[in-house]
Amino acid sequence: MSVLVNKDSKIIVQGFTGGEGTFHAGQMIEYGTQVVGGVTPGKGGQIHLDKPVFNTVAEAVSITGADVSIIFVPPAFAADAIMEAADAGIKVIVCITEGIPTKDMITVKAYLSDKDCRMVGPNCPGVMTAGEAKVGIMPGFIFKPGRIGIVSKSGTLTYEAVDQITKAGLGQSTAIGIGGDPIIGTSTKEAVELLMNDPETDGIIMIGEIGGSMEAEAARWIKENGTKPVVGFIAGETAPKGRRMGHAGAIVGGKDDTAAAKKAIMRDCGIHVVDSPAHIGIKMAEVLS
Amino acid sequence: MNIHEYQAKQILKSYGVAIQEGVVVNDNAMTESSVNQLKEDTGTDWVVVKAQIHAGGRGKGGGVKLAKNMEEAKQRVNDILGMQLVTPQTGPEGKKVNKVLIAQDVYYPGDSEPKEYYMSVLLDRALGKNVIIYTTEGGMDIEEVAETHPEKIWKEWINPATGLLPFQARKIAFNLGLTGVAMKGMVKFVNALYNAYVDTDSSMFEINPVLKTSDDKIIAVDAKVDLDDNALYRHKDHAALRDESEEDPTEVEAKKFNLNYVNLDGNVGCMVNGAGLAMATMDIIKLSGGEPANFLDVGGTASAETVEAGFRIILKDPNVKAILINIFGGIVRCDRVAQGVVDAYQNIGNIPVPIIVRLQGTNAVEAKKIIDESGLEVRSAILLQEAADAVSEVLS
Repeated sequence: MSVLVNKDSKIIVQGFTGGEGTFHAGQMIEYGTQVVGGVTPGKGGQIHLDKPVFNTVAEAVSITGADVSIIFVPPAFAADAIMEAADAGIKVIVCITEGIPTKDMITVKAYLSDKDCRMVGPNCPGVMTAGEAKVGIMPGFIFKPGRIGIVSKSGTLTYEAVDQITKAGLGQSTAIGIGGDPIIGTSTKEAVELLMNDPETDGIIMIGEIGGSMEAEAARWIKENGTKPVVGFIAGETAPKGRRMGHAGAIVGGKDDTAAAKKAIMRDCGIHVVDSPAHIGIKMAEVLS
Repeated sequence: MNIHEYQAKQILKSYGVAIQEGVVVNDNAMTESSVNQLKEDTGTDWVVVKAQIHAGGRGKGGGVKLAKNMEEAKQRVNDILGMQLVTPQTGPEGKKVNKVLIAQDVYYPGDSEPKEYYMSVLLDRALGKNVIIYTTEGGMDIEEVAETHPEKIWKEWINPATGLLPFQARKIAFNLGLTGVAMKGMVKFVNALYNAYVDTDSSMFEINPVLKTSDDKIIAVDAKVDLDDNALYRHKDHAALRDESEEDPTEVEAKKFNLNYVNLDGNVGCMVNGAGLAMATMDIIKLSGGEPANFLDVGGTASAETVEAGFRIILKDPNVKAILINIFGGIVRCDRVAQGVVDAYQNIGNIPVPIIVRLQGTNAVEAKKIIDESGLEVRSAILLQEAADAVSEVLS
């Protein structure tokens, strides 16, 4: 089961023949992910990593039956790549690209509003269902199939949580890296909702950071609809106001988007919040026992 | 990317937004000709001397002064140029003023009272749409207005498919209580402002105050513009507006090595791969009894070169008493990072503070062995908790 991607997902790679696309597509295939081909405009007809290359996403979909796309296209062309995937009928679009202008993402968000698809990212590590499909750039070997779902804005902090869950003797269903940009396709709340409705997931880890209001929105949803334990962490307790901490969206604007304010709301909504990022795994093990 | 008021106003003007005119100077010898020029161009009698730094609240710190004649103008420029201006946004050390804007006086008397408003354009992250925020309470800190009079703040969301519609611009003008010529002026102002915001790929415009003059003109008296760094590649002329003297010199140097560095006040430096993990590492330093001295994301490839550059940047800060390196090796192999740390350490020579290296992920055990056998004063850790404990131990 799990969510978004699994062993039956047919995945294409946009930006397939570029450096990033080649390296990560190779890693995905090595993990056993069902990569059915890739798209690089102008290179259609070639074979790359033993898979067919197509000029357009529409052609790739009609020939391979792909339903998932992962995007490694450079920032100036990434918005177009997302919209091409949506237009071609791709159901799950995972955009890894970092550095897409916000104006382009406003256009993408509006374009996707009446399409039957879900975008994850951009500026994210991707989506991974342990033991089934790696649609992203995360290291596969730290995952172990299990029943804990993970939602996170950050890359390496997601790996930290995954690793702690594995070391705590548990395992992961699906890890969703939602991305750290101001405009992203799948919000914290939407990702949590997917995992809450997944019969193969018993507990959820929700990792956020300073900036924006997505964690508070997710927390309120969990309070009303939650049926599984949620362990939460917010990075950036020590971040100063008004300074951007790496991610384009990680900036404290007012008093509501500080780590302390988010954690307080999450605690009020029944989430098991840890102050130390070293306690994510043991907290989940403790809550489940 | 932040730019100066005078640069922001030039951009606005090029889009047809009416502004308080001015001339920028960096030397008092230019004052007389600048004031004369301004008088000729605008007919202004008095002038306002405004410090150009990347921080708000300049008036409160004495960085904005009225001058009623040439002698006063020269005195004001002399006072402000070169001063260390402290405002609520600069921190106690303040910022050096390298340029001043000599601007026309726009509060001249006339048929009606001048009136100040507030207007900003920014992204509503939750909706993924731009929003125009405005209030009749101009000239004040918007957060204060939001606190005390939330009912006086209006928001107008813009549909990305249509852009700002004429009725929306009219609504804004009417909500601000304007009529006649001033109302029409505000409609034109809002249209030009929104057009400029979209076309320049800005992240934020804040015009505080927007002024209705005594003869019913609508103009931007101040302008704070934040440009989207990710879009600078398609605005080469804007990239040239960067004023590195306004930025922390260490942060500027870090950028040259593709390191994302933010200087903080604490005593424990850190070097991490990934922004989220970097913030989490700062938090764990605090929980271990220290205070983070910096944010430093070395990005996806932690090579010997980046580690060495990171070391050199962190060590510029004399408050640093210890350094924590926290790398989660996914694609990057930990043993290579460990070798990079050892090489960087040896290249720099003597590092006077204790170093804690936490390497987790691919080949973490081999990495720990490399650190432990290097003979250097470096503590190694694999689990995040072990690193936290090592920080506590070093500080106690």
